[in-house]
Amino acid sequence: MSDPLLQASGIYKSYGHVEVLKGVDFTVERGEVTALIGDNGAGKSTLVKILSGALRPDRGEIRVAGRPVSFDSPQDAHALGIETVYQDLALAPELGSAENVFAGRELLKPGLLGRLGVLDRKTMRRRTQQAFIEMSTDVKDIDAPVAALSGGQRQSVAICRSVMWADKVIFMDEPTAALGVRQTGRVLQLIRRVADKGIAVVLISHNMPEVLQVADRVQVLRLGRRVAEFRAADTTVEELVGAMTGALEGKAA
Amino acid sequence: MSDVRTAAPAGTASEPAGAVPPAAPRSPVRRFLSSSPAYMGLVLLLLVALFSALRPDAFPTAATGRNISLDISVLLVMAVGMTYVMVAGGFDLSIGSVLVFSGVVMAKTMIAIGGDGPLVVAAGIAASVGAGVAWGLLNGVCIAVLKVPALITTLGTMGAALGAAQLMTDGNDITDVPSALLTITASRPLGFSWLVYVAAAVALVGGLVLAFTRFGRHTYLIGSNEESARRAGIDVDRHLIKLYAISGGLAGVAGALSLIRFATTTISGHATDALQVITGVVLGGTSLYGGVGTVLGTVVGIFIPAVLQNGFVITHVQPYWQQVVIGFVLIAAVYVDRLKRRRRERS
Ligand SMILES: Nc1ncnc2c1ncn2[C@@H]1O[C@H](COP(=O)(O)OP(=O)(O)O)[C@@H](O)[C@H]1O
Ligand SMILES: [Mg+2]
Repeated sequence: MSDPLLQASGIYKSYGHVEVLKGVDFTVERGEVTALIGDNGAGKSTLVKILSGALRPDRGEIRVAGRPVSFDSPQDAHALGIETVYQDLALAPELGSAENVFAGRELLKPGLLGRLGVLDRKTMRRRTQQAFIEMSTDVKDIDAPVAALSGGQRQSVAICRSVMWADKVIFMDEPTAALGVRQTGRVLQLIRRVADKGIAVVLISHNMPEVLQVADRVQVLRLGRRVAEFRAADTTVEELVGAMTGALEGKAA
Repeated sequence: MSDVRTAAPAGTASEPAGAVPPAAPRSPVRRFLSSSPAYMGLVLLLLVALFSALRPDAFPTAATGRNISLDISVLLVMAVGMTYVMVAGGFDLSIGSVLVFSGVVMAKTMIAIGGDGPLVVAAGIAASVGAGVAWGLLNGVCIAVLKVPALITTLGTMGAALGAAQLMTDGNDITDVPSALLTITASRPLGFSWLVYVAAAVALVGGLVLAFTRFGRHTYLIGSNEESARRAGIDVDRHLIKLYAISGGLAGVAGALSLIRFATTTISGHATDALQVITGVVLGGTSLYGGVGTVLGTVVGIFIPAVLQNGFVITHVQPYWQQVVIGFVLIAAVYVDRLKRRRRERS
């Protein structure tokens, strides 16, 4: 059997003398949606920041497809095809979808104009439009400022941006937390389509039914450790909540 | 997996009908027509039409055009720099003082070199721009690296640059300038002063770079959401330092222009420059909150007060009315900007 796509072992992280992660192990397999659940303050966001290069661990090892890596910045992770949809969207509200999708990775015109730094706006718009169609998002006007879109559409823009640049893993920190039922449904469909493209998705969520609906595997974090791992098809909300709260120290799958 | 709640959002799970292809975007022309620069451009045209109708003999003349364009050229050069800074969500109060400081440095440099001729003037201009860039870099480092708020930093350098200029001159204007300067002032290709051409060139280049290059795009991204720009891998601190250096450098250019025009350093004449410039930039649709603005709008916004001023003089209205009117128009413009943002964010 080949190495997991992403494997973290023995990750430690402290803020001051508060130890937030105490030797976390975490695995991501290709083409799967892996849910990462845990109570508030369990360390989920911290773990995701470490795995996406936004934060450095104090100790521990991260391997991508078997090879040890160390990330100094999110850009190092980007270079390996690892992208993140942050909890607080991180879009530029005054700019359009294409501008956001290509933020920091703008395409330049060929030739002299490009060397002068002139943007290739046409190609960026076209590729954004393609990605939106491919991902079946409901963002209709890619020139409209992102602030004019609905919460779900904004989340779609953020996810599509990650999809365009990731070819291995996308971390999504509570992507549905601020959304209504309909929009949540759309985003979950989108997550499923991303995974079906062969990109691994790590989904942080508080919503157990949602986790069971969309995830292939569930890993539970509690007090800075991974305490349980389940196949979504073989578990129940009760079991997940039990593992999260510590009422049940289980290990399946 | 027997939980009923799992079924709630699942109804849509396999519904490809959710795939709505992005529709044709609003045409760029319509988008432009609903923008602040377009509205303000209309206001500007109406003003010109109004004054032309009131005084057809005096207002719509080449002389008026020359006067107005000469009057605004120094402010416009600084306003281009201010547009960059404000699009990035910043602020630069120091430009008027930096203008004065740069002009003094230019005059001193030319005196130190001695003699006359275009080379002396060129050296003076280079020193003036260099002095402006230096103040700009200082602003940028304080704001981007030391994280002192832009308002306070540039309030500080506004005082410091003016004080330094007065120290260098004992508070007296330098009027001892090479006669080559006067040659520049006297020559007027196609009737327009060289100052006007310089201002037009700065506005053209500044406008194109802001609208069409990666540098410009990063400026918008930073102003719209600094944190997201950082996460997108943009070196925000470096970019901000560059923007303040540009603003300072253009204040240096303005200092040179001012010295060339008046043949004196006009130390006490620029206390309100920054406020006039900010007024024009904001009238032209640049948002105080960053992320929005164009140089074209700034050009319009700088023209409006100047046209009002000239128009009032020609129509024998007390020109003090200009300040009253512009004050209220400014408040109205920012109110409309806020309304637009609120309406958009409600959706
Ligand atoms: N920058 C920080 N400085 C200090 N403590 C932090 C910081 N970020 C997170 N924490 C603490 O670390 C713990 C885990 O936080 P987090 O990873 O955000 O948990 P989760 O996402 O699971 O809710 C919390 O107790 C939180 O207060
Ligand atoms: Mg969190």
